[in-house]
Amino acid sequence: MSLLLESLFNGAAIGSVLLIAALGLAIVFGLMGVINLAHGELMMLGAYTTYVVQSFFKLPLLEPLFGAYIFVAVAVAFLVGGLVGLLLERSVIRRLYGRPLETLLATWGVSLILQQFVRTVPLAWSTGLWLAAMVGLVGPLVMNRLWGPGQRPWLLRLGNWVVAVAVGVATAGWIRGAMPKLARASARNVDVTAPRWLRGGLDLGDWTLPIPRLMIIGLTILAVLAVYWFLNRSLWGLRIRAVTQNRAMSDCLGIPTQTVDALTFAVGSGLAGVAGVAVSLLGSVGPNVGGDYIVGCFMVVVLGGVGNLWGAVVASAGIGVLTDVIGAGRLLEIWPQMPAWLQQGVEFFATTSMARVLIFALIVLVLQVRPAGLFPQRGRMAEV
Amino acid sequence: MPAPGPPLLELAGVNVSFDGFLALKNLNLQLAAGELRAVIGPNGAGKTTFLDVITGKVRPQAGDVRFCGRSLLGRNEHQIARLGVGRKFQSPRVFERLSVQENLALAVSAPKTPMGLLRRHLTGAQRQRIHHLLEVINLAPRAHDRAGSLSHGQKQWLEIGMLVVQAPQLLLVDEPVAGLSDAETERTADLLKSLAGNHTVLVIEHDMEFIRRLQTRVTVLHQGQVLCEGSMEQVQTDPRVVEVYLGAGQEQQS
Amino acid sequence: MADTRPRWQPVLLGVVGLALVVALPSLVSPFRLNLLGRYLSLAIVALGIDLIWGYTGLLSLGQGIFFALGGYGAAMYLQLNCHSCSRAAGGLPEFFGLYGVQQLPWFWEPFHSPWFTLVAIWLVPAVVAGLLGFLVFRNRIKGVYFSILTQAALLVFFNFFNGQQKLINGTNGLKTDLTRLLGQMVGSDAMQRNLFWLTALLALLAWLLCRQLVRGRFGHALLAIRDDEARLRCLGYNPTPFKTMVFALAGGLAGISGALYTVQSGIVSPQFMAAPFSIEMVIWVAVGGRGTLWGAMAGALVINMAKSLVSEAWPQTWLFIQGGLFLLVVTTLQGGVVGWWQEGGPRQLLARLGRRPRLSTYPALELGTRQEGEN
Repeated sequence: MSLLLESLFNGAAIGSVLLIAALGLAIVFGLMGVINLAHGELMMLGAYTTYVVQSFFKLPLLEPLFGAYIFVAVAVAFLVGGLVGLLLERSVIRRLYGRPLETLLATWGVSLILQQFVRTVPLAWSTGLWLAAMVGLVGPLVMNRLWGPGQRPWLLRLGNWVVAVAVGVATAGWIRGAMPKLARASARNVDVTAPRWLRGGLDLGDWTLPIPRLMIIGLTILAVLAVYWFLNRSLWGLRIRAVTQNRAMSDCLGIPTQTVDALTFAVGSGLAGVAGVAVSLLGSVGPNVGGDYIVGCFMVVVLGGVGNLWGAVVASAGIGVLTDVIGAGRLLEIWPQMPAWLQQGVEFFATTSMARVLIFALIVLVLQVRPAGLFPQRGRMAEV
Repeated sequence: MPAPGPPLLELAGVNVSFDGFLALKNLNLQLAAGELRAVIGPNGAGKTTFLDVITGKVRPQAGDVRFCGRSLLGRNEHQIARLGVGRKFQSPRVFERLSVQENLALAVSAPKTPMGLLRRHLTGAQRQRIHHLLEVINLAPRAHDRAGSLSHGQKQWLEIGMLVVQAPQLLLVDEPVAGLSDAETERTADLLKSLAGNHTVLVIEHDMEFIRRLQTRVTVLHQGQVLCEGSMEQVQTDPRVVEVYLGAGQEQQS
Repeated sequence: MADTRPRWQPVLLGVVGLALVVALPSLVSPFRLNLLGRYLSLAIVALGIDLIWGYTGLLSLGQGIFFALGGYGAAMYLQLNCHSCSRAAGGLPEFFGLYGVQQLPWFWEPFHSPWFTLVAIWLVPAVVAGLLGFLVFRNRIKGVYFSILTQAALLVFFNFFNGQQKLINGTNGLKTDLTRLLGQMVGSDAMQRNLFWLTALLALLAWLLCRQLVRGRFGHALLAIRDDEARLRCLGYNPTPFKTMVFALAGGLAGISGALYTVQSGIVSPQFMAAPFSIEMVIWVAVGGRGTLWGAMAGALVINMAKSLVSEAWPQTWLFIQGGLFLLVVTTLQGGVVGWWQEGGPRQLLARLGRRPRLSTYPALELGTRQEGEN
């Protein structure tokens, strides 16, 4: 019994990382048909954001609040991912709608650039850059709020960006002084220090639940609920779904479809940032951290069926449990008297990487029976 | 007009639904060998779905489709095509990167397998057919131009040419004269009429002048069912058809 | 059409190319020659990618699998037939001793034979590709789904080869440069020169084969699959065997390429199956010009040369350049450089820079000649 529970928990832990990583991808791929190979790099940015936020909370002023930094990191990581996603959509993705293979290649190019960016640009300057972009973009919104919508005089617009750049440069300079660790670029991995309450395990009788894992499961559940609420209950979610189903009609109804595209992509990218926070809790953070997750994410999306949130949930849970059952060789514990040849087979696959091999084979088999995933979209619009 | 003997194509009690929307409802239709049949119907009557069912793109939830006495259900598009069912699509779909002649060559080739294309050259008879068809569809001077550079009407004709050169027993022709000039329309009608007899032809069209010119039996589809069947004159005077087309009730407009 | 071009052009090109290949070993240093030979072998895998992607429209991100399989085949043969290398117990290749392996794994056995190896180098990757392709294409999985599945397959193979130390030396890979082939050390300059010539010959043969395939109706059917598969089905074609065959062929070419690359770089390792390398292969084709065989080969050669030159001078910048190049080609130069050239790109560029193209007579005539040029 406890074996089953343990397997379920481990499966949920593995699956929740997959799911939170795949969630943004599922949105972008499912709703926009865009394959974002830079998704892993957006996660990487989220992970680095966690590191930067954590460094801030190590300053004497914020030291007492160190335990809470992880929540700030989630919010900031969402904004970092979202901003980069927004820029990406505006500059590259927008030109490539309807050409999924090209998008795939272009986003791969972006992922290369992002990786190299992290290696060559110090985190202090990256933070300043991000802050400048945020201020510059938020400025007009504030002015709209203050003085009503409309075009501002060019001096004001220029001033907005001057202020933004000044804020960015000042911040970067200050960070260089205050946090020397962030002043130099490095290709080496960094480690995020988890707050004390996030370390160790929760004792439940015979076995302990690692708290970072619990935290990730909780974060994933929250993220899924938030996405569900956003897509199905909010006004912009309604617009997004409308554009997905019939772009031309949505245009005619006055839905700003280009804004919807940008928003959808930004939200998907923001979720990648949040996933990055989760990833930073599991191991050290480096420029290549995203690549470890991206294929798993795609497997979740393909297996679950495109454009289906619950499909992604079920698929990631399934992959998670299977990874644990196969990778930890649990069949041996469940059925110790199995014949020798089978035992050899089970032992052969009882590592994480070999479990992946077997799971991929299983996924290809499942796709033989259900080519469109576990929960396919139906109807005339579904491309045969 | 229908020839005696067993029907070449028979649809019996075909039902197709998309997410609960019934595109075809208990559709029954028979086509005799050598017949030329026109199918008309307002938008959304299920005309294209009807062709999709015959060519195997859509699987019906109920009913049977029989061609030459064999059921077509459960067969793939290419298997059905090899049995002798050819289709021209609604908006012309030709291979735009290939030349006119190359398009026709792909249609005429047999066997249509990788090895068949690699090993065998086109036979003299096949080349003859291509040349003949190029003359018929009036594209001989443009045989080596990219199909993508043709005008809309020429693409329509090229696709009809591909259909004919494929030598099917049954030709399914979806809106062959959409976007054609009057003269071209007339010639298309003549071409289709000349094909009937040797082939069985089913034409879907909106253009009533064109249908009248075909001088043949007409089937009216409405909301996924056969509304009525008969000559053009009979059909045009049928009160149900008038109601459907002129819209006695607002809800039937859609 | 091709016939309008003057006949002497291809002949001249051929002669110049041949002379260059024959003379090159005496013109450049052995180090550079070795690099060139490697890049030439990469041009062969690029040809395969062009067939499956450029012509058939299926973007494979997993060509590294087949590339590495070919490489491992060659390396296994060399390791087994290395008489001067130090040996583990029982005459096994040395690395087996590190893991205490006493008996040669069964799949190594046939690689004692050179003939088997020569066949396996391309047949094994082709069969693996054919099998994988058949399972995927049968279900009409295409587009991005195919790309994702090939990438996942790549990851699986990478994990497998990376994790199995006792079978194929895991992450360390198999070294070949100290082994002997036909009595010569594989890493020696003389051997490398011969391998360069061999690579050039095989690249030429691969190009001829691909050209033969894409010129006839078979090639037209591939283009038809790329542009409108459903329409082709209604003509009575089953696209699955076509796709499977082309994918298998691309796999076989990748295998040959991988074997040649391995013997010239001196090692095969699971890194050949790392995801970035397989996508890089696609970049070469995309930049050179998909859908044109020349473009794919030239792309592989030129980009790799640029990579080695740039990385030598400024190691930090290559990834930026590569990523930027990729973005540029995908967003603006869809046909790659060769495609851009063929569609009158240089002329348009001049026009944009303010130099009008000179009109010889009337605009209409000018238009006519341009169309001919395009075909």
